[in-house]
Amino acid sequence: MQIVLNGKPFEVKAGRLDRVLEELGYQGAKVATAVNGSFVARPARGATRLNDGDALEVIAPMQGG
Amino acid sequence: MVRDFYGVELTNRLLLGTAQYPSPAILAAAVRRAGVEVVTVSLRRESAGQRDGQAFWALIRDLGVRVLPNTAGCHTVKEAVTTAEMAREVFGTPWIKLEVIGDDETLQPDLFGLVEAAEILTRDGFEVFPYTTEDLVAAGRLLEAGCEVLMPWGAPIGSGLGLNNFYGLRSLRAHFPEVALVVDAGLGRPSHAAAAMELGYDAVLLNTAVAKAGDPAAMAEAFAQAVTAGRLAFEADPMEPRDMAAPSTPVVGKAILG
Repeated sequence: MQIVLNGKPFEVKAGRLDRVLEELGYQGAKVATAVNGSFVARPARGATRLNDGDALEVIAPMQGG
Repeated sequence: MVRDFYGVELTNRLLLGTAQYPSPAILAAAVRRAGVEVVTVSLRRESAGQRDGQAFWALIRDLGVRVLPNTAGCHTVKEAVTTAEMAREVFGTPWIKLEVIGDDETLQPDLFGLVEAAEILTRDGFEVFPYTTEDLVAAGRLLEAGCEVLMPWGAPIGSGLGLNNFYGLRSLRAHFPEVALVVDAGLGRPSHAAAAMELGYDAVLLNTAVAKAGDPAAMAEAFAQAVTAGRLAFEADPMEPRDMAAPSTPVVGKAILG
């Protein structure tokens, strides 16, 4: 299915959020996630299923003022 | 009187942003040279291939400082609240510098959205550091919302103009003597930071003035010294200014020579 990862279309095989993150290459990374604008906490990733067209945001630490 | 930051007492009252430095090494040098204990950080989209955020996080961890994540760039309550939730998970801290921007030209905070977001976040256990203005009514609402620290701007973010509303900042300090107050944004020179501390502010937070200096590490130290001097001056109870001259050298006993 196709999802929108950080604003760009991506083809993924997995449906569960934790597996989608692995498939995309984020394993071991310090990141937080939101699906369709709502925060999905790390413990909830396994129970969160992505659907075709969902918008996934994956964010990480960054310089800030 | 000890006004702490949600139970945390800071030895160094200079809070430093981590953006816009010429290199990560220069950022680290600035933090170390100024003895900074708290730095602000943010969150952005992470590419699985590049993993820039992971490298930045390793740098911050090595510095051994406390982090204050921000919600920079958020224009709505929902965006700010969601960003705060993500920041808490990533950085492992309940601290959040809450920004809800209301105007793109001045980056002036949307005080209505700020109060609403602060209410939601404090209910959820966050320790909110709201980026606000010197507006007294908004300050009162933020305190009612559960904020224990307020961070009024000195001037628009990145402008380097200093304390634009000296009277307003002094008035805010006088109105809320028990509340920890931090001048956040708009400072350009160490003298601005010293002036804020002389007013009785508990800390200053700045970024651009250090990061964009010709020698950021030296400027960080200059700001740290100014903050120390300003704080010491406040504690020493400065004299009141007066319009007329008053001789400092005693006139009694002066020889009459003319």
